[in-house]
Amino acid sequence: MKTKLIWLIALLLPVFAFGADTLDTGDTAWMMVSTAVVLLMTPAGLALFYGGMTRSKNVLNTYAMIVGAFVVAFVAWIAVGYSIGFGNGGSMQSYIGGFDNIFLNGIKWSDLSGTYPTYVFIVFQGTFAAITIAIASGSVIERMKYSTWLLFVFIWTIAVYSPIVHMVWGGDGALLFDAGALDFAGGTVVHMNGGLAGLVLAILIGKRAGLNKTAMKPMSIMLTALGGALLWFGWFGFNGGSAFGANGIAGLAFLTTALAPSVAAITWMILEYMIYKTITLLGAVSGIVAGLVAITPAAGFVDVSGAFIIGAVGSIVAFWGVVVLKKKFGYDDSLDAFGIHFLAGLWGALAVAFLAVKDNDLLWDGPLKASGDRMGQFMVQVESVVVVGLFTLVGTIVVYYIANILTGGARVDEEQESVGLDEALHGEKALNL
Amino acid sequence: MKKVEAIIKPFKLEDVKEALSEAGITGMTVTDVKGYGRQQGHSELYRGAEYVVDFLAKTKIELIVNEDDVENCVNLIVEAAKTGKIGDGKIFVSSIDEVIRIRTGETGSDAI
Repeated sequence: MKTKLIWLIALLLPVFAFGADTLDTGDTAWMMVSTAVVLLMTPAGLALFYGGMTRSKNVLNTYAMIVGAFVVAFVAWIAVGYSIGFGNGGSMQSYIGGFDNIFLNGIKWSDLSGTYPTYVFIVFQGTFAAITIAIASGSVIERMKYSTWLLFVFIWTIAVYSPIVHMVWGGDGALLFDAGALDFAGGTVVHMNGGLAGLVLAILIGKRAGLNKTAMKPMSIMLTALGGALLWFGWFGFNGGSAFGANGIAGLAFLTTALAPSVAAITWMILEYMIYKTITLLGAVSGIVAGLVAITPAAGFVDVSGAFIIGAVGSIVAFWGVVVLKKKFGYDDSLDAFGIHFLAGLWGALAVAFLAVKDNDLLWDGPLKASGDRMGQFMVQVESVVVVGLFTLVGTIVVYYIANILTGGARVDEEQESVGLDEALHGEKALNL
Repeated sequence: MKKVEAIIKPFKLEDVKEALSEAGITGMTVTDVKGYGRQQGHSELYRGAEYVVDFLAKTKIELIVNEDDVENCVNLIVEAAKTGKIGDGKIFVSSIDEVIRIRTGETGSDAI
């Protein structure tokens, strides 16, 4: 994807001197490990993180929404998504990558993406596609029909995610790639995208019955904390793997991926203590996730001070989104996919223009790399945020109505909602004591 | 025969049970219950959303004793379950018409 980056690494490491098309075992091993740990983020990390915050009568449905999102989105990715994301778009190259590689047509096991197999790259990117839409599920738990959700995931991955990933990471000719947008591992592509899709869904599908009247207590903060820890673990592959090699840039991403969330968690705890005189475990874990989201677009571009600032402010922004913004507008973004993923992702995507280190060995092509022009870079970042935001907004609305109509309504009936979706939809219970 | 019902703090159950068995009281029935009195509820905080929990977890013990033992029994429970803080609970004493042991058919004091 980042052919220039790989070329640059080739200059730094003599082992690549013979050309970028030689398989490197170190890079291959690292990308395979990264892919596997990023996979873990969805059906274990995010599923437990969200499941633990759900009421006990709906916890299996929340978990199933995420597992279902992963498998459906991954199949959609292999079927059409990858081709639209990373294929050659010809005259449409600005927006989509075309349809030449449907079902990976034309790609062989021996093909390389830089220094490692293309198949590994495809799976790595597939895990990103899957977690993006899985994030959105947090906004609409406890009330959405499972059939509508799965159909929505399938269409959305192809029609909304894939064009966005193409525009940002699709290589020469792609709209935001050419503009020089800096998005190291998916602040816009994954987190803003998934968070905004969640908010749009939450508004379209409506609030949960009894919101603000009955206590909606999480089943187990313990599960949420475990899920948060697994997300953090997987994020080393998410950010570290986005260096696309076992190299120094991956090392930098490792540092920032550990540091920013730590700072963010401390910030969240301080805010809680100042406002509520209590420090909660849910708050600490929420801070960790906010910090992870915020550092994602900047993980391989900033140094220690940048990671501190991005983590701390990312936490403040997400805290404000969860505690102030949500109450003010009254939407039911149930598990704060918008408050945490969209807002912290937005902050990271904009902040990178000012906090990225002016080191051309790290930077991608853009105003900052070309001439140190931070305002110019900021405008490119704004452009990428606006383009991704508008595309997701419109695309999500359209896909929602298609899925809604094809499945005969998106919402469970009142009785099912009150009984709980585990029993009413899945015929299962979380605990049989 | 009297029934002694005591609503106590759950963590005091072991102390109460020990005190009563030392005094020769041989059986009791225990239930987990919820409720509130002067202690009222408490609040829980999740990402800024504060929930007031009206009903607190308490433990109810029930025992049937001969009238002579009631005072001793009540004193033992008060002593063992007391923390001195609000929410220690209450004891109710009421009359019982008949007691029957199912296995043998014994009735009255013999069945206690």
